[in-house]
Amino acid sequence: MSSLSASSRSRRAWWQRLALPAVLILISLVFIAPIAWMGATSIKPESQALEGGLRPLPRIERDGGGLGVTQPDYWRGVAASAGATYRDVLTSPFADFVAYLRNSLIVAALSVVGMVVSCSVVAYGLSRIRWQGRGVLFLITLATMMIPATVLMAPQFILFKHLGWIGTYRPLWVPAWLGGAFGIFLMRQFFLGIPRELDEAARLDGCSHPRIFVSIILPLARPALAVVALFQFTASWNDFVLPLIVLNHEHEYTLGVGLYMFVSKHGSTPWNQVMAASVLAILPVLVLFLLTQRAFVEGIATRGLKD
Amino acid sequence: MTSADRPIRVRRVHPWLLGVAWTSPWLVGLVVFLAVPVLLSLIYGFTEYSLIEPPIPVGAANYREMLGDGLFWRVLANTLLYTVLAVGIGTVLSLGIAVALEQRVPGSDLVRAVVFLPTVVPVVAASLAWAWMFSAESGLINTLLAHVGIRGPDWLGDGRWAMLSVVIVGLWGIGSQVVIYAAALRDVPRQLYDAAAIDGATPIGRFFRITLPQISPTVLFNVVMSIIWSIQVFAAPLIMTKGGPDNATLVYSLYVYRNAFEYGRMGYASALAWVQFLVALILTGMALWLGRRLVHYRGAS
Repeated sequence: MSSLSASSRSRRAWWQRLALPAVLILISLVFIAPIAWMGATSIKPESQALEGGLRPLPRIERDGGGLGVTQPDYWRGVAASAGATYRDVLTSPFADFVAYLRNSLIVAALSVVGMVVSCSVVAYGLSRIRWQGRGVLFLITLATMMIPATVLMAPQFILFKHLGWIGTYRPLWVPAWLGGAFGIFLMRQFFLGIPRELDEAARLDGCSHPRIFVSIILPLARPALAVVALFQFTASWNDFVLPLIVLNHEHEYTLGVGLYMFVSKHGSTPWNQVMAASVLAILPVLVLFLLTQRAFVEGIATRGLKD
Repeated sequence: MTSADRPIRVRRVHPWLLGVAWTSPWLVGLVVFLAVPVLLSLIYGFTEYSLIEPPIPVGAANYREMLGDGLFWRVLANTLLYTVLAVGIGTVLSLGIAVALEQRVPGSDLVRAVVFLPTVVPVVAASLAWAWMFSAESGLINTLLAHVGIRGPDWLGDGRWAMLSVVIVGLWGIGSQVVIYAAALRDVPRQLYDAAAIDGATPIGRFFRITLPQISPTVLFNVVMSIIWSIQVFAAPLIMTKGGPDNATLVYSLYVYRNAFEYGRMGYASALAWVQFLVALILTGMALWLGRRLVHYRGAS
């Protein structure tokens, strides 16, 4: 807490002032280690990956001797080693990661558009129209967040089977077009923060609800739309259980299932290739996160706020 | 029609109809993708259903079988162990990190981003990264331990360590809890701390007497959400240990998955899922009941 006044801060001993940064650095190292080690392993040849050791970079040998990091040839060697691993992954007979990447993108795009459209419409109905039952519906919406998703795994499969959706992408994106509890919650909270005078003035001028929604509310709600889109993209990209149970054919796999099957099919795990494939799977969300870190964190922080 | 007529026409639509119309996508979604599956599984829970043959009604046989199914009790115990460890350690850890971050030393925004980062990593990639970290021979953890003279265990192959390993993967994703706690800590009124400073309270005293009671609603929210998350843990044990060794990490959802999709026992899986739902409900109810008493205690004092 920022409760410590300047005087008490200066009274602390030097080791107390250093303790906090040291703890924070340690925390960062622990949290980043699996990703950093994933990257390091992905650029090594398989034999070196399995050796263990703490070297973050591969050893490049030339004429019986190891090259130093200061030699240009060393970095050419590293690039060649990394290139070989990633090429092996992309051309693997066990998996078609280019197809998985494309499938994941298609599913994510369809579900993001659907989620943003449906959640904003539903949130308008929950925040801008006074009707009996909207309070109850909002409570039900919150309550559905409490249902563990895996409880629905078997029954949803049965439903999708009845609908003839097994082996298609429909289970992965159609439900998003009907809204989601978290997106509706977030959007409603945001809409409630938009002054009512704006749309009441528009109503007196004869604007219909759809007009108010499109030309007043939506333009003001852009930050909320972006947060919902971000969360839906990562949720869709990271979804594993649903694709695992509804997709049957290898060429249909999304990245998560494809990665899982790639590992399952190998007798012994080629860790450098598995880590390279994992890097490919996390790269899109990683880039997205680095670009939009603030929106992510603030979106999550509102989740804890209950009115 | 003149523009003056239009507001009158709009007002004629009954507000209830208007509300239902605007929320209709979600109403349909709730019924089709939530209510229907829940009802279907209630019905199929009383049948033997292989997905290939039509379901055969068997009465309460699935539920009776559960009582005598040793594996059912095992996965229930494993899942409760996971939940206790993940929620307990996770709450202490995420509160601790949030307090450290809120001291606002230079660079704490970067640390916050690093701690939050794992929550966006796909669960398959996260599980594989940790499986590699835990590798007995060449994993980073045992390599580091060897450097300080400790011979690390076979994390994923040893029944005594496997569950803890799976819990650690879950703990790696506490970033969202940390961020929620940090936001709550920022909302604690400054005056309370100033008053405590005059009284000469120690930092630890301040935390337990002021901070914790002030953020107790947030603690309750995070605990309830992480109970729900923990009960459904699935991907990490499936990918890292396949439930082994010797069923040490066979968790509830994995058992449901195997019955439904590997053993072709959709009826038994549906019954299991219903019991899982009830367990989640009971644990959440207990947390809310306990939480309400603690929050009330603060209000009364």
